[in-house]
Amino acid sequence: MIKNITVGQYIPGDSFIHNLDPRIKIIFTAFFVILLFMVNKLSGYIFIMAFLVLSIYISRIPLKFVFRGLKPIVFIIFITILANALFTPGEVIWSYGIISITKEGLWSALLMGLRLIFLIIGTSLLTFTTSPIMLTDGIEYLLKPFRRIGVPAHEIAMMMTIALRFIPTLFEETEKIMKAQMARGADFESGNFIKRIKNLIPILIPLFINAFRRADELALAMESRCYRGGENRTRMKELKFTAKDISALLIMFAFAVVIILNRFWKW
Amino acid sequence: MSIVVKNLTFIYNEGSPFETKALDDVSMEIKEGEIVGIIGHTGSGKSTLVQHFNGLLRPTKGNVIIKGMDISDKRINLRELRKKVGFIFQYPEYQIFEETVLKEVSFGLKNIGMDDERGLQERVKEALELVDLDYESFKDKSPFLLSGGEKRRVAIASILAMKPEILIMDEPTAGLDPGGRNFILSKIREIHKKYSMTIVLVSHSMEEVYELTDRVFVMDKGRIVMEGSPKIVFKNQEFLESIGLGVPQVVQLVNRLRGKGIDVGDDVLSIYELAKDIKRLYLRGRKP
Repeated sequence: MIKNITVGQYIPGDSFIHNLDPRIKIIFTAFFVILLFMVNKLSGYIFIMAFLVLSIYISRIPLKFVFRGLKPIVFIIFITILANALFTPGEVIWSYGIISITKEGLWSALLMGLRLIFLIIGTSLLTFTTSPIMLTDGIEYLLKPFRRIGVPAHEIAMMMTIALRFIPTLFEETEKIMKAQMARGADFESGNFIKRIKNLIPILIPLFINAFRRADELALAMESRCYRGGENRTRMKELKFTAKDISALLIMFAFAVVIILNRFWKW
Repeated sequence: MSIVVKNLTFIYNEGSPFETKALDDVSMEIKEGEIVGIIGHTGSGKSTLVQHFNGLLRPTKGNVIIKGMDISDKRINLRELRKKVGFIFQYPEYQIFEETVLKEVSFGLKNIGMDDERGLQERVKEALELVDLDYESFKDKSPFLLSGGEKRRVAIASILAMKPEILIMDEPTAGLDPGGRNFILSKIREIHKKYSMTIVLVSHSMEEVYELTDRVFVMDKGRIVMEGSPKIVFKNQEFLESIGLGVPQVVQLVNRLRGKGIDVGDDVLSIYELAKDIKRLYLRGRKP
């Protein structure tokens, strides 16, 4: 049933990567993405692959989950590879009618495919090892400098936290309402497309009404406990840089240097 | 037999890391026209058990036979089953979605294939009157603008309109004030008498179960650990307390009095009967 959907993809653990400060992990991931797009040679990709394999090993995330994360984008990867293979001009190695495949095309298809796969694996490593709450905490800190230009960092983080908190509740409620309507003879499994959409109304209306009621109650509860946003607010879990985070920063620096140097290599 | 459960085992999320055994080899029989109560601590499996009674859940192992229909059989007609078994969920007012009370109450009827306008109105009227709501003044009102108690009554009417032969109620009085609670309980009694429905009441309130039911099933950790008439079941105060349940206040009072050597009857049903009994003892003591 829908109950089993886990929110985000967080897999609890106690590895080096799990215990890093979320801010470091977010910055690292952002740099990783930028650097990934700077790579233009196979050797660079081999280096990144080695780096990812090592990270996955250290984080002790089961490989099963890593590959499962790739499933939704298989189609996009396929299209990218196809487009690159077919529409890159260069030395033709095979052709049939108007379709022709070039050597350069195959090469760029391979690199593009790898780039996408590494992009997904690299970024999902962040969500695998960081709980949603830590993630929003990290985002809040990182957005703080932008407060001067009017970015409501705390509010954004609070909204994300609340949204994440209520996803499982909403799933549970959907299931409950579905059962209640099924008990009144509602049928969600048969009929054509339009009929099926119509059949959702008895679920959606109560769901929305309950969500708004809940939001009202939550707002009231927060206000009655004098919640008033970010200014001077202390937190239960302060984020702290430790020796681990410093070493992660150093690794990130070394990683960046290698990738940038890689651009100047011959192969 | 109205409901027969044979060696029912139910496992949530079988085969995943979240696997939990919610019911463990449960067997029970509920007779035609009986009112039974199911009590148990949160998570004891009572809601899981009753959700089998109208096919919302299917057994992992074992059989559930409702009016001769075996719900473990994949081919049975669920619509037919749900016509026979009405299910009132906890906080039923949260399932309301229509614009008018009339439409809301006829939702179930339409789903089970009633579409003749006159017949529908007749049924809705009858159902609304069962819960003391005047048809003419309520039918065109928006159910969302009613009071909490009235919403609950509309939601209950929407089930009663389907004229089920078996009525299952999961905490029908949760969140109501004492007035609303007494009203619902008296209606349950009335409906039971009028239609001789089989009624299954799942409840946390020992008082409710004590006053209302013919037989009680006590559940703990997915098993039925005790079964019998409320008078007999609630004599086991210590056992019930050990599994996180209590006994009705009147039973507590009786047990205390008897503990002090005051010989009141141990089968009084209400505080009024107990008062009569105390009076009887008192008068007997005065006139030797």
